[in-house]
Amino acid sequence: MTTAMRGSGAGRTNVDRFLTVIKVVLIGVIVIGLLAFIAQQISPGNGFAKWTHDGEAASRLTGAQFKGLVVSGLSQGAMYGLIALGYSMVYGVLGFINFAHGEVFMVGAFTGFIMANKFDDAGWWDGAIFIPAVLITILTCTLVAMATAVIMERVAYRPLRGSPRIIPLITSIGVSFFIQNAVILLFGAGAKSYPSNPDWLQDARTLGVGSFHIVSLKGTQIVVILVAAASMYGLWHFVERTKTGKAMRAVAEDKEIASLMGINVNRTIVTTFAVGGAMAGIAGILWGLLFRSVIATTGFLPGIKAFTAAVVGGVGNLGGAMAGGVSLGAAEALAPLTLLEPLGVNGVSQLRDAVAFTLLILVLLVKPTGLFGERLSAEDRA
Amino acid sequence: MDQPLLEMRNVNTHYGAVHILKDVELAIYPGELVCLLGGNASGKSTTLKTLLGMVTPTSGEVVLDGEVVTGQPTSYLVERGVTMVPENRRLFKRLSVKENLELGAYLRDDADGIDADMERVFSMFPRVKERLGQRAGTLSGGEQQMVAMGRALMAQPRVLLMDEPSMGLAPALVQTNFELIQQIHNEGIAIFIVEQNANMALSIADRGWVLQTGRVVLDDTADALLANPDLRRSYLGET
Repeated sequence: MTTAMRGSGAGRTNVDRFLTVIKVVLIGVIVIGLLAFIAQQISPGNGFAKWTHDGEAASRLTGAQFKGLVVSGLSQGAMYGLIALGYSMVYGVLGFINFAHGEVFMVGAFTGFIMANKFDDAGWWDGAIFIPAVLITILTCTLVAMATAVIMERVAYRPLRGSPRIIPLITSIGVSFFIQNAVILLFGAGAKSYPSNPDWLQDARTLGVGSFHIVSLKGTQIVVILVAAASMYGLWHFVERTKTGKAMRAVAEDKEIASLMGINVNRTIVTTFAVGGAMAGIAGILWGLLFRSVIATTGFLPGIKAFTAAVVGGVGNLGGAMAGGVSLGAAEALAPLTLLEPLGVNGVSQLRDAVAFTLLILVLLVKPTGLFGERLSAEDRA
Repeated sequence: MDQPLLEMRNVNTHYGAVHILKDVELAIYPGELVCLLGGNASGKSTTLKTLLGMVTPTSGEVVLDGEVVTGQPTSYLVERGVTMVPENRRLFKRLSVKENLELGAYLRDDADGIDADMERVFSMFPRVKERLGQRAGTLSGGEQQMVAMGRALMAQPRVLLMDEPSMGLAPALVQTNFELIQQIHNEGIAIFIVEQNANMALSIADRGWVLQTGRVVLDDTADALLANPDLRRSYLGET
């Protein structure tokens, strides 16, 4: 695969040439888009802007708009990052992509919907009492998502341990359909609304020092970013600093030797699913608080995006998954208006998903191991 | 002699329909250095796996301190002082040297004892201390060997099983390695070496067995084995 990048003329196939062309085109679009954006910011009526906008001057992006895009990109990216951790951890330990992981996220969001409405009926989803209510909701979502992931491992994946990796991979697609349809059966196929967040949470706030305003963002965005950051820190601490985390990394590297150290490999794998599931559950409730709506297929697109984020960051690498999620969210939010709009593309806000997957293709072309991934040695791959 | 530390009584092991170990009898006594010699596919690795509970024998018993431990999980044996240094070291390459050593003590929770054993490893292998924060995969072959032995020592073994300690090492390293083994043996730990390199193993061992297609064909003192014409012919390359 990497010969395309090292290409020294000899031994290059037409596929390699085709990939090189795609790479050049993608990088070209980014460079030209960026230059056009800068030109448009300096002078909206420049020749290029007029040419790409049918003779009209382009509209300049204001500082506040730009910051707003960054904030919404970061908060969405933080959720992708949380979900991506689960893909990455399971891949690290078992070597397959658990495509049903997006459904764990959806189960988290659904649990949040049920809890939030129960609290709303009791009058707890408002005022100061909202804080304990939302904390209990977050905790419940985490536990339910965790249980979903653990049961999934026990029922669907453990019996397949030792079979070729393609088998659990395909099974995971089946598990995904099963969970989606189970949720439809239980709660119906329609979209479910979260109750309105309290005003103090929903209102936009301006962060700044004195009259110097740094950025203005919604309370929910602050919550999402803070909770996501705290969860990621907690996970990092767990994996890098605790004995169980160390055992997890040992199992990821060599199961046989890990068991020789006395590590219970099965229990460690269950822990991996539980922790990954917990992160997805937290992402689920945050998603619910931010977008206030959930449907049985809610897990699909964020799941695929988070998978993309895990690959972009380097699958199996936890720091990479978080960074990949945040970069993907930021790219998705920023690229339509800062790269595509200046090129005169129409309806750019519809192109978020295209941007995300184009980023995936670009990363795979330029650095197939992901931004922070390590080249697997032959023995690691075996 | 007193009671054996670890023994195999009349063990038979199968992989599916294939009969690997045939009526194998071994006994390792406290503090001795013994070796099991055999060529490829003679059943050496299976013997180790059976001793450690990674493979359950179809008949016969594995006995530790007079207690039958057949069918117990590996962690049960590790906790009771049976530890293996695997073939090719098999360190956790992406983990730091320190983490590798800590994982050796995974089943222990006596923090003071673990620290003391860590110091003991450092005093035996001062080079390991200099490399503590480094990823194990970045060390030289000799240093990795020290970490592998250090990791095994962290489990406070009473008997250390060594799988092919000379495999894949440069001749100079093989020599160092066997010196390290003797150093550990001098601490009073029983050692069971499984080797193809009969010459090297017998030069430090007290006794040995020869395994051929899953059957123990010779059982004698190291000196007698070294002098045995059959062994010289099969393993020392003499005709």
